Amino acid sequence: MSVLTRAPETISSPRPLHETAVKGRLKKDEPSSLLLLPALVLYALFVVVPLAVALYLSFTRWDAISDPTWAGFDNWFRILASDSFVNGLMLSVKVVVISWLVQTPISLFIGVFIAGKQRYRAVLATLFFLPLILSSAAVALAFKSILDPNFGLGASLGIPWLRQDWLGDPDLILVIVIFIIAWQFVPFHSLLYQAGVRQIPPSLFEAAELDGANRLQTFVNVTWPQIRNTVVTSSTIMLVGSLTYFDVIFVLTGGVPGFGIRILPVDMYLTGFAANDMGGASVLAMVLVALGLLIASGITSFSGFAKMRSQQEGM
Amino acid sequence: MSVQSRRPNVLGAVGGFVWLAVIIVPIYYVVITSLRRQEGYFTDNQLLPPSNPTLESYALVLERGFLLYLGNSVIVTVATVAVTVAVSLMAAFVIVRSTRWTARVSFTLLLMGLAIPLQATIVPLFYMLSKAGLYDSLLAIILPSIGFAIPVTVLILVNFVRDIPKELFESMRVDGSGQWRILWSLVFPLARPAIVTVAVYDALTVWNGFLFALVLTQSPENRVLPLSLWTFQGEFNVNVPGIMAAVVLSTLPILALYILGRRQLVSGMTAGFSK
Repeated sequence: MSVLTRAPETISSPRPLHETAVKGRLKKDEPSSLLLLPALVLYALFVVVPLAVALYLSFTRWDAISDPTWAGFDNWFRILASDSFVNGLMLSVKVVVISWLVQTPISLFIGVFIAGKQRYRAVLATLFFLPLILSSAAVALAFKSILDPNFGLGASLGIPWLRQDWLGDPDLILVIVIFIIAWQFVPFHSLLYQAGVRQIPPSLFEAAELDGANRLQTFVNVTWPQIRNTVVTSSTIMLVGSLTYFDVIFVLTGGVPGFGIRILPVDMYLTGFAANDMGGASVLAMVLVALGLLIASGITSFSGFAKMRSQQEGM
Repeated sequence: MSVQSRRPNVLGAVGGFVWLAVIIVPIYYVVITSLRRQEGYFTDNQLLPPSNPTLESYALVLERGFLLYLGNSVIVTVATVAVTVAVSLMAAFVIVRSTRWTARVSFTLLLMGLAIPLQATIVPLFYMLSKAGLYDSLLAIILPSIGFAIPVTVLILVNFVRDIPKELFESMRVDGSGQWRILWSLVFPLARPAIVTVAVYDALTVWNGFLFALVLTQSPENRVLPLSLWTFQGEFNVNVPGIMAAVVLSTLPILALYILGRRQLVSGMTAGFSK
């Protein structure tokens, strides 16, 4: 491309002098690619190179103290066949799928709701947004003390149902973590949907009303087809987000998550930094990267079909 | 949405207020609990405001090095955001204005970074930064935070710089301005709204970042706020009002930022993704 665009200028040198000068300067005065370097170097050093290093470490035995020693495929066979990996993978799939199923309808509902122009909705939207500014550590600590079976809200209010061992029971903690994921991230996805809905031309809604469509019909025939791309974007972020969810689980369980909630990133952290098996943790890191890319590319190619259809369908 | 405003949406309103309760109750609990006295906090009805509120938990948190951690968080956030925005703006300028293949390939490479989970890099980063002698320093948090903030920052800035009319660039070049001058007196001022947006967004992400701090630092001198919450929890043990006071204090600066720059924050959240 660059060769093609540069070629005519070199040929054009016999042209009148001022014209060549202008053309030559236009090309030469494009910003130098050197300006890209600082961003590229920082990105390469701290994002790309670590992936390569993780791949290397996955073939070594390393206890985080001495130097790594070559181990071939040992870690890979050992980790991929381990119960803790299989358990982690199953749990991750569960968390990813269920939290998508929980978050999507709520986000869509809230997003459409706050897309309305009413004043009280704008006020509510401001409050809905609050969880997004809280750190995961803060959120985890809040829920940890609310859910404490002895000193938490359930005990204080004397509500037996609320007074369960939420964080100790392996089935209950899964429910709690999925709830907290929704609590933290529904606001963000509602924002995406709000933006998506607000981009829909008002004429479409007016036409629907003239046709006598009720609210459900309007949603199914106007809103939904128009926000298909937003659904794709939001779903990708949701799925990858819950695949890599770590901070809240770590703090919520006081740093010692049980097998009921040892999803892949948690398993990776514990394998590396608690059991000092950095080679094994690197295998899990590569699995995480692969799954993340799989989800992202899977959805993009799947949504390719959706993008072929016009967003302005029915206009 | 003018159509919807003509018909009252009962279902929407009910759903909206239910969700409001889900969001607000835990936040309300944190705030009022932080004002309780440690003794007897448990015997009170925890959903009612304390009968004799106190700030003693806040005093306790401040005594336990909170200001140091706050300072560390400020350093990490400001350094990360400043470097990220500066290098990303330079990159966005070239990506938009250059026809060379290097610009296109770089942009593609940077966009791929959006799909890389930072969790997957903690083991290798621990290895690399230990080797480099940077383990347990603020720089160990700052450098990878910059790396991971660059892709989304470049994406948002490119989308914005693209909208600057070509004629402005051309007239500056005719005037004989060099690339630095164009960057400084044209791109920077015109892209300012996008820069503010993306800076607020990056700041929020870095301010709340937990995992890099957990894995790459150790000593109290290099502790940032999210990690300090984790260690407060260990130190305070059953002092729930104390822990809640730490949660509130760590959130106040970002709450201030939210109140000042809510619009920028909200548009930053959606700018990178909903184009």
